[in-house]
Amino acid sequence: MAEEEIEHLKKLIAEKDKEIEKLKGATNIQKDFLTHVDENHVNDLPKKSKLSNPEISRYSRQLILPEIGIKGQVLLSNTSILIVGAGGLGCPAAIYLAAAGVGCLGLVDYDEVELSNLHRQILHSESKVNVKKCVSAAQACTELNSFVKCVPYHLQLNSSNALKIISQYDIVLDATDNVATRYLLNDACILAGKPLVSGSALRFEGQLTVYNYKGGPCYRCLYPKPPPPETVTNCSDGGVLGVIPGIIGSLQALEAIKIATGNECSYNQKLLMYDGLEGTFRTIRLRGRQSTCPICSDNPTITQLIDYEQFCGARASDKDKSVTVLNREDRLSAADYKSLLDKDHPHILVDVRQPVEVDICKLPTNSINIPLNDLHKSSSVNQLSSMINSMSEETTDQVPVICVCRRGNDSQLAVQKIKETLKHDNVAIQDIIGGLTSWAKTVDPEFPTY
Amino acid sequence: MYFSGGAELLFDKKKKHDVNLPAKETPWTIKDLLPWMKDNMLKERPELFIQGETVRPGILVLINDADWELMGELDYSIQNKDKIVFISTLHGG
Repeated sequence: MAEEEIEHLKKLIAEKDKEIEKLKGATNIQKDFLTHVDENHVNDLPKKSKLSNPEISRYSRQLILPEIGIKGQVLLSNTSILIVGAGGLGCPAAIYLAAAGVGCLGLVDYDEVELSNLHRQILHSESKVNVKKCVSAAQACTELNSFVKCVPYHLQLNSSNALKIISQYDIVLDATDNVATRYLLNDACILAGKPLVSGSALRFEGQLTVYNYKGGPCYRCLYPKPPPPETVTNCSDGGVLGVIPGIIGSLQALEAIKIATGNECSYNQKLLMYDGLEGTFRTIRLRGRQSTCPICSDNPTITQLIDYEQFCGARASDKDKSVTVLNREDRLSAADYKSLLDKDHPHILVDVRQPVEVDICKLPTNSINIPLNDLHKSSSVNQLSSMINSMSEETTDQVPVICVCRRGNDSQLAVQKIKETLKHDNVAIQDIIGGLTSWAKTVDPEFPTY
Repeated sequence: MYFSGGAELLFDKKKKHDVNLPAKETPWTIKDLLPWMKDNMLKERPELFIQGETVRPGILVLINDADWELMGELDYSIQNKDKIVFISTLHGG
């Protein structure tokens, strides 16, 4: 028994050692590689007028395209492009722009690599988990093409730094993941006079438009008012197949290359809608620049950057936040629930996630699955009522009804909904704080998180 | 009628809908269509689709593959066999 334990501990030590090495490596990479906002790397670059022999060999397959040629390649190598967001869209865009030989590639991202990024953010790898995304992406691009100057910015773009950075570049790619940063980038590109190649992706769908180019509209011309925050879905909640941002990010790179080389850009005043599930690309004709636009019209009412989180009523990140709507007495911690299970205390567990999520993992006890949005349906109410009825025949105590979800946000709304619809007095409705994420953290480390 | 970008989630999770509008004395406009959709097609949470007499911010309306702003927005008179698309803008990346 003791020997077994020793073996187990030795294994743990070896694993931890590995982890330390990994983190050390990560810090080394990061130290000498970051850029300060006030540094200007871009304008220091010497302008090229011809290509070297290694460059000619390297780019030969695109040099023989008449639309590119030596002239286009020289233009490209004198172009600086800023990619905001080194995630699902930014990774494919960055690597194709690096491969094609742009002069300078700026990469902005405040975030670090997580395991759940790797299915779509393909410049990062297992050894880069916890490494700054901008650094990881810049490294991958430099490894592919050392002719390209890569400039990583580890920061959140905001109203005070956006113009300083953007004004150094020729073309900007919006590869971000939230509404507030999209408005910020739009306004900054208008004020700095830069074309904005904007991509987005969710589930199986992607969208692409070029804003502020040759008299075309800007993001605000199309969307003068921000969407209500509750209608905005992020990749973590809505899901996304990695290939979709892969395709849209690649198209963003293509549009940027066309602009840089003096070719016609295809999505000025047009919106591309890509549906990966149906296999359809649709191009929509959009409205022109709006004479009433608060930022890009001739009489703008916005002449400097504003507070975009306030404007959108949402944070400039796609991270999930936890909300508290219930009182503490209506809530159980994961540990409280564990002790209830250990005591075999009779109760009804309602898992309010989508069935596809229940397939991934569920608590080790009998539960019923009613997704939050189905709780109000009479079939759901009836099902729950009859379960409560049969349980209250066996006890005089209140029947505990416990709601659980992934993070403990929806479960609180579920408690409120059930309280509204259920006509029982003899029930105690509660939820589990922090949901399955907290269960995995505090009760069962073997439980998967997604 | 066609829904995308997540707008389909409010309409029975179906992207494509063939719709026959009932006969009416005056021509159908988008302004008439929206409340009709709310009463006859919308399955849940109408506030996520309609606000006041128009669509909520963040939904783009297309008429035969053109931005409705080019077609007269709410006043556009719907023709037989028109394709009307409602797209919810995506923000993920």
